[in-house]
Amino acid sequence: MHEWALAESIITAAVQAGEKENLKTITEITVHLGELQQIERDIFSFALKEIAKLQSPRLKNVKFHLKTEKSTLSCKTCGHTWKYSDMKKKLDGKEAESIHFIPEIVFVHARCPQCGSPDFEITKGRGVALTSLKGKR
Amino acid sequence: MESRTSVIEKRLKNIKRIIAVASGKGGVGKSLVASMLALHLVKKGRRVGLLDLDLYGPSSHIILGVIDEFPTEERGIIPPTVHGIDFMSIVYFTEDKPSPFRGIDISNIIIELLAITQWGSLDYLIIDMPPGIGDETLDVIRYITNSEFFVVTTPSKVAMGAVSKLLKILKELKKPVLGVVENMTMKKSSYIQKEVTHLGMKYLGSITFDEDLEDAIGSADQLTKTECMKDLNQILKQLRL
Repeated sequence: MHEWALAESIITAAVQAGEKENLKTITEITVHLGELQQIERDIFSFALKEIAKLQSPRLKNVKFHLKTEKSTLSCKTCGHTWKYSDMKKKLDGKEAESIHFIPEIVFVHARCPQCGSPDFEITKGRGVALTSLKGKR
Repeated sequence: MESRTSVIEKRLKNIKRIIAVASGKGGVGKSLVASMLALHLVKKGRRVGLLDLDLYGPSSHIILGVIDEFPTEERGIIPPTVHGIDFMSIVYFTEDKPSPFRGIDISNIIIELLAITQWGSLDYLIIDMPPGIGDETLDVIRYITNSEFFVVTTPSKVAMGAVSKLLKILKELKKPVLGVVENMTMKKSSYIQKEVTHLGMKYLGSITFDEDLEDAIGSADQLTKTECMKDLNQILKQLRL
């Protein structure tokens, strides 16, 4: 359940941003969940709510919006693009779990499905990202 | 917005000292020195973590003989304890396959590891650094603000040329440098000592080339009995480590 550690980073960053913007309360937090990291949505959502309760009175009535972001992987050698979901079946359980912990491990366990190159990049849908927050001054 | 960096300080807050074993040059014995330093501190009854940040060529796990270990998940990831050392390495995830990472990937991996690893309370966290002054070194300086550097070179003029660049940048950034160790010496020479002193850094001493060292690789117990370890122990005494 390393979702807790990532949820904590979202809450901590939101509180820091709220302090910087002099927000008395934070009302909404939007988080993108990159497909590559395969976050357990229920655990992550539960963790966000639990950590928010403990962290700051600013977050008393906060609402979370979780949006899944599909991944795009792009080959630097042949230009082919594909999604993590296209290749997930080729990975064994341990490889997929390792990508779950550190998305860049995809470069170790996967290759471009068109030309076989290891030289590709994650252009979308890497991992967890705080994309916006709303609050009141 | 990058959120992961917001928790790095919290993850490291219960670690008393963080020592990065670094060099400007590869192949000078950083991983060996980092592993032996960690073993030395464990032997003294300290709580010790070792983080191998050499993401292209991790080798601390080979030196320490770490086999069939994997971190546990508990509100983050908890490194397994091996020979008394809480040991974290990318090798758990790469399964020793080649790791073709670009610079942006390196930074992302380091941030992820620092954000999700739950070290708990430690007396020392030793970081086995990759060679040079690239992304890993700059990220350690940026995100682990209280890190101290323990620099390794060999007697080679070529190695010292690269090491002096690291020392200069550490000095420019006002990072604490514990000193420089000269590893694998084969004959008496004052060249490295003079160069290090000229740069205003502390020369800590030398570790004699040990012909039998290779036989001890992979065995923590045998490593602690090597001539190398005896030399390092003398050096560490000066630093009260």
